[in-house]
Amino acid sequence: MLPLAAYLSLSALLFSLGLYGALARKNAIAILLGVELMLNAVNINLVSFWRYGNTALMAGQVFAIIVFAVAASEVAVGLALVINIYRRRSSINADEIDLMKW
Amino acid sequence: MTAEQIIFYLTAALILVSALMVVTTRNLIHAALWLVSTLFGVAVLYATLDASFLAVVQVVVYIGAIAIMFIFAVMLTRRDLLDKVPQTNTSWPWAAAASALMAGGLLFAGSQLNAFGAARPALSGDALQGLSLALVSADGFVLPFEVASILLLAAMVGAVYLAYKK
Repeated sequence: MLPLAAYLSLSALLFSLGLYGALARKNAIAILLGVELMLNAVNINLVSFWRYGNTALMAGQVFAIIVFAVAASEVAVGLALVINIYRRRSSINADEIDLMKW
Repeated sequence: MTAEQIIFYLTAALILVSALMVVTTRNLIHAALWLVSTLFGVAVLYATLDASFLAVVQVVVYIGAIAIMFIFAVMLTRRDLLDKVPQTNTSWPWAAAASALMAGGLLFAGSQLNAFGAARPALSGDALQGLSLALVSADGFVLPFEVASILLLAAMVGAVYLAYKK
């Protein structure tokens, strides 16, 4: 049987990879990809804590479902913003998007 | 090694390798396809953790909707992806250091937990039925669940408004 440690370590590594992607990439869409990796790491954590705790209490899985909903809305709004910025400036380089209005 | 351990280690290797490719690949279409592979690995993990509903939702929502939306967005903003430009910003060593520090900190914080080496208890009752009851019963989580659906609706309206060509 696998201990909880296996799942926690995997999700810690996945979260750090996503953090690197979100911090280091230039392309705004690649930053959102990094955020998705982090959200998935959090979900692995939630579900494994549910499975290794009292499985009659469903809070862990319900929280994971709400994270799904938040991730879907975040991606929809984020990608719409990216497409809007691309239409106006022909660039999705996050280093260049530093003005609210011009 | 039992079959369960073999499946876990294969899945973990798939997840970590594809996540590494997601954050390092130049071509964003390839990065989005590696994201699909990562998400599929996570769905396998949910199945091994007896969360069958979440495994299905992961495939349908994440792979079927979110990853495809990424691919659409990459294709709509394609001209910006000049392959010669470096894909990381100038402070990427700091980002790498911060994430390495984060990994170390998380692993250390996890190893301090009492439950860190805990073995898996037996499932109490039907987990799928328990989840469905928790999502719709008034003394369960019906209110947060409905709030999540309103959030999705608001996000959809906002996304349509933002991406609408005026």
